[in-house]
Amino acid sequence: MIRVILPYHLRTLAQVKGEIALEVPEPVTARTVLDALEARYPVLCGTIRDHQTLERRAFLRFFACEEDWSHESMDAPLPEAVAAGRKPLLILGAIAGG
Amino acid sequence: MSTVRVLAGTRKGAFILTSDGTRRDWRVSGPHFAGWEIYHMKGSPVDPNRLYASQCSGWFGQVIQRSDDGGASWTPVGNKFTYDGVPGTHQWYDGTPHPWEFKRVWHLEPSLADPDTVYAGVEDAALFRSTDGGANWEELSGLRRHDTGPHWQPGAGGMCLHTILLDPANKQRMYIAISAAGAFRSDDGGASWKPINKGLVSNFMPDPTAEVGHCVHHVAMHPARPDVLFMQKHWDVMRSDDAGDSWQEVSGNLPTDFGFVIDVHAHEPETLYVVPIKSDSEHFPPEGKLRVYRSRTGGHEWEALTKGLPQSDCYVNVLRDAMAVDRLDECGVYFGTTGGQVYASADAGDNWTPIVRDLPAVLSVEVQTLP
Repeated sequence: MIRVILPYHLRTLAQVKGEIALEVPEPVTARTVLDALEARYPVLCGTIRDHQTLERRAFLRFFACEEDWSHESMDAPLPEAVAAGRKPLLILGAIAGG
Repeated sequence: MSTVRVLAGTRKGAFILTSDGTRRDWRVSGPHFAGWEIYHMKGSPVDPNRLYASQCSGWFGQVIQRSDDGGASWTPVGNKFTYDGVPGTHQWYDGTPHPWEFKRVWHLEPSLADPDTVYAGVEDAALFRSTDGGANWEELSGLRRHDTGPHWQPGAGGMCLHTILLDPANKQRMYIAISAAGAFRSDDGGASWKPINKGLVSNFMPDPTAEVGHCVHHVAMHPARPDVLFMQKHWDVMRSDDAGDSWQEVSGNLPTDFGFVIDVHAHEPETLYVVPIKSDSEHFPPEGKLRVYRSRTGGHEWEALTKGLPQSDCYVNVLRDAMAVDRLDECGVYFGTTGGQVYASADAGDNWTPIVRDLPAVLSVEVQTLP
């Protein structure tokens, strides 16, 4: 099972608490994880990646194993620890303050 | 006794305020969708418990919410707004071509006849329609594909389609307005569109009387006289008596004719309301005095309404979709400010009171009069 942690507002929108566990077919990539996530929670379509381009929305970041995965290809295999379910894929909103 | 329900969209969530027909005591529900920008909420005139809300965020994009119980509970519906065909370009601020890109829904206008049909005015300017309660959206692309479309340009707030008026006497006729393209009319249910900007003068434009390019801030109509339109333009308050074919200025004695909102009394089609704002450089009331101006003569002659409104040190703005009227016998008038107040008058503007005063900046106000 792949573990995914969503930002607060998307957890609220999807009506989930804590981590989400997803069955994701191999290869485990950002794209296949998001495909599975959106299949389970259609309300998230368009909120993490654009409806048309399927690219990451600009103000969201992907982290895996303490590394910023945001600029990797959506088809790049995620780290083995994420694929094995030992570590979560973390989706964050860019920090804003002031 | 009737009930009044005020729908306030703010920078950080939606609020629903309810009162009985006396409009003295108000119950506040919210924030709904806390932390999200709620550009607009509106109820179906056919089924008042059917509400639609535009929820958006710079991080997470657009969500459309629907309620079937007057706002007690909500369900996210469709959020896929795809321009028809190859979108092409409009003009960017510097005059260069810029691709059409969906950003957010500014205004939702439920059909006058069917609660499942609702129109959405979006940025970058386009008109969408759903006929299944918001689940799916289809662009009425005849508007964006108008010959003038490649010349439309955004205003400072973006190239937004912010006004949608449906003609209650002619279901084929509708009006929309875009900042900064101008006003348009369709006489065939939204399939084709005609610019209706004759008589508008915008001195910031190379051609001040051009067919398009005018920064229309809001347009209002009285349902009993759908051929008479009132417009608050970037500068100038305007009126048309021929369904927008021509416009005349009716700013008259207003202290400034810049502003955003305009609305019409529920029972007096010649009674108008505006909130003058100092200028396009200083978006606050002149002299720090928050004043609604009322004309009982369809324009030209205006009186300041100040009772209950702050008359010193007030520097809020009142945004274009943030004024509405109820339909009770004694017409109620409501407006929201960027300072988070929603003011109400239960006597057509003579006296005002804040019915809530510390909300996030108010983006929109709509009112439902319920039996």
